[in-house]
Amino acid sequence: MKRLSLRVNGTLQRYDGPPFTRLIDVLREDWGLTGTKEGCGEGECGACTVLLDGKPVNSCLIPVCHAAGRKVQTVEALGTPGKLAALQEAFLTEGGAQCGICTPGMLMTAWAYVKKGGSDDPGAIRRELAGNLCRCTGYQHIVNSVASAVRKQRRSRAAKRR
Amino acid sequence: MTLLRPRSAAEALKLYAQSPGALPLAGGTDFMVAWNAGLANDRVVLDLAGLEAWRRIAATKTTITIGALATHADIQRHTAVRRHLPLLVEACAMVGGLQIQNRGTLGGNIANASPAGDTFPPLAVYDAEVELASARGRRRVPFGSVFAGVKKTVLEPGELIAAIHVPVPRRPTRALWRKVGTRAAQAISKTMAAGLLWLARDGTIAELRFALGSMAPTVRRLASVEAHVKGRRPDRELAREAAALVARDVAPIDDIRSTAEYRLAVSQNLLASFLTRET
Repeated sequence: MKRLSLRVNGTLQRYDGPPFTRLIDVLREDWGLTGTKEGCGEGECGACTVLLDGKPVNSCLIPVCHAAGRKVQTVEALGTPGKLAALQEAFLTEGGAQCGICTPGMLMTAWAYVKKGGSDDPGAIRRELAGNLCRCTGYQHIVNSVASAVRKQRRSRAAKRR
Repeated sequence: MTLLRPRSAAEALKLYAQSPGALPLAGGTDFMVAWNAGLANDRVVLDLAGLEAWRRIAATKTTITIGALATHADIQRHTAVRRHLPLLVEACAMVGGLQIQNRGTLGGNIANASPAGDTFPPLAVYDAEVELASARGRRRVPFGSVFAGVKKTVLEPGELIAAIHVPVPRRPTRALWRKVGTRAAQAISKTMAAGLLWLARDGTIAELRFALGSMAPTVRRLASVEAHVKGRRPDRELAREAAALVARDVAPIDDIRSTAEYRLAVSQNLLASFLTRET
């Protein structure tokens, strides 16, 4: 089988297994990136969300060959325990995580949203996160977290312009 | 599993002619669920990911052509689609969540032929045509004739959906898209309605196009209703008459998501309130 290469969190990764292995399995099992979680395995819950060329996708529905030559970002790209990304800080201070299974997927969808300049309007955030389910039903705090990250980014961009 | 990975449409059609039992793969949002369940293990898979040309959306003054491999996200972003086919844009925004919209394709949605396909009622009222391609040539099928039943299409062996052609409609007096489900996103609908209405200068109905999804094995235009209301004033009495005719063109069922009775009642109400402008 032909060797595939993907750019994962900025690093070139090579893969030479079966082309139809799910992207989530290659991330977790071949490369040890276990931050990405599996929920339903059917594209319903969004727990396995990663960014493919910057856009949120369900990694359980992507054969690894469809990610060949493309850019993949997982929750490991966000921050480390010692140096959290602003979005992660917002989830921490606003109580955006409960059991934690949906959190990596929530963070990735929210990250793409914040990066593209999404607004802090709760309705807009809820529409954007509609493909990510939280079985603890902690939606209000998740929406608050994302809104807080949006406002923080806006403030820091305004400060830079000054 | 044998994987075929053509780099062009011509190559794909040739390979499909040679292996008509192959499973075409587009965005994979339905296919991968079957694959993950082990249902495609012994099959030949025709991966269409290399057919960039089939992902394009092109607009002229009279027609918008959406390549079969355009994703629901591509469709929502396209300027001409947003201007002329807003019901299709709204429907694409309700397919699954963002993750599914970024991968799932319009051609794949049609090929899977779910009775609950979100994009179907809009395509039905926009009088879309589906362009089918095979190694033997191409043909166009009116949107309403592409489905043969639940999860069945009229595609022949070796035939792929190449594009969807939508005539640019004249601006309607009013338009409706409504998906009724348990939840705004991710949910499969109980019923869905798309409507376009043109009033004449004297206030009578020049044309109504109204389609329902999840109300029959395939999407249905309400031919009896459309014919009945023509030339009439869209008042409450007409709305009552029209609602009474809905059952002629649909065949709702009881299932895990809803009941036939509820589906029919809600669909009738959607039609009646659209006609009398109460939505």
